[in-house]
Amino acid sequence: MLEHTELFFKSIFIDNMVFATFLGMCSYLAVSKKVTTAVGLGAAVIFVLAVTVPLNWLLDQYILRDGALSWLGPEYASYDLSFLSFILFIATIATMVQLVEIVVEKFSPALYNSLGIFLPLIAVNCAILGGSLFMQSRDIASLGLAFNYGVSSGIGWFLAILAIAAIREKIRYSNVPAPLRGLGITFIITGLMAIGFMSFGGMLTGGDEAAPAEAESAQVSPETDNQETAANKEVAEVTNIKINE
Amino acid sequence: MAIFSKKERGLILDPLADNNPITIQVLGICSALAITAQLKASIVMTISVLFVMGVGNVVISLMRNAIPSKIRIIVQLIVVAALVIIVDQVLKAYAYSLSKELSVFIGLIITNCIIMGRFEAFALGNGPWKSFLDGIGNALGYGIILIIVGFFRELLGSGTLLGYKVLGDPIEQTGLYAFGYENNGFMLLSPMALIVVGLIIWVQRSRNKALIEEN
Repeated sequence: MLEHTELFFKSIFIDNMVFATFLGMCSYLAVSKKVTTAVGLGAAVIFVLAVTVPLNWLLDQYILRDGALSWLGPEYASYDLSFLSFILFIATIATMVQLVEIVVEKFSPALYNSLGIFLPLIAVNCAILGGSLFMQSRDIASLGLAFNYGVSSGIGWFLAILAIAAIREKIRYSNVPAPLRGLGITFIITGLMAIGFMSFGGMLTGGDEAAPAEAESAQVSPETDNQETAANKEVAEVTNIKINE
Repeated sequence: MAIFSKKERGLILDPLADNNPITIQVLGICSALAITAQLKASIVMTISVLFVMGVGNVVISLMRNAIPSKIRIIVQLIVVAALVIIVDQVLKAYAYSLSKELSVFIGLIITNCIIMGRFEAFALGNGPWKSFLDGIGNALGYGIILIIVGFFRELLGSGTLLGYKVLGDPIEQTGLYAFGYENNGFMLLSPMALIVVGLIIWVQRSRNKALIEEN
């Protein structure tokens, strides 16, 4: 349970897809002019990530990684198909996006129309493929954790695009230097937000990674000292008693 | 330049400045920014994209009459993925430490929107030679921004270029460091990539007023 919570907050705040690794920047910059469309795209990204990361985890675990094919029989145990992961991952993603597109068109034509071309573009959103590739390179341990990772990094992306869309709606009324209007100022604001998000880095370690270890060792050493001194005292007492006798 | 007609020269030169994929078309930013802390990584990334885009555009252009339009996105993705696997394997074989450094970002060339964008907008409707030039031009436009960002981040961040100490030695206090210069370690952190690109856009648009946007 603890590792789930930790992964959840870590992928939303510390390893935020937009601010820490620059994934999905293209649609982040292109669709963030209005809050409503940003929310629609963000929700679609959360959904697609939540489906594709666990699916790709299964693919990676049972087909792609070194020795993963051993369930077919002992003669397949030495196969390493990991060089195929790009093709299989992107095929899964493209299929899922196509599926989402069909479902959304059927059940919510209004949302479908407002998203327009950006729904198929989710297939080439780096955040989606990046989610699967990071899942692979970070050795996410179980299917549940993979699902958690997908959902939480989707939420992180959602948060980022929501924030920048809100800022861009407001900044329309301010006096930005003409050459910086539009794209330029968006880049710089994103940079400043990324600096802000860096401060979340210490959230899970309590500010400094070295500090807890030091504190532990500091706690441990007096105890051993005490034990030793206690033992010494006992020895001393015993010797005293012996002497007294 | 006699072998290129005026239009063909335009295909290569336009994306370098006034129709730059990153600063004007807002494409391919994802993989562009994360690896620019070092000039070397930027150059390797540029060469990889150059290869994938040049070859991919030719392949798609040759197949353009055979691809059914409904499944073209999947076909395009498969072509890009196959080319990226080649790049990835070559890097792993000849520059292993660098490929570790670039980690997932080589794989993310697949989802580089510039490539898909050029396939959709150009290679599906033009012949192989023109598509090749278009691919090269756009990849160079992408690379120029990458190399500028990588240059400034490595120079100001660690005082080196391609690993050579160009500003002097910070420990022995030679070169610029003798005058009290300090490396700005902040340039190596990811947010500065965004701000440097923002500044490039600022410079570019002040030089060419036609590019200024409405909000």
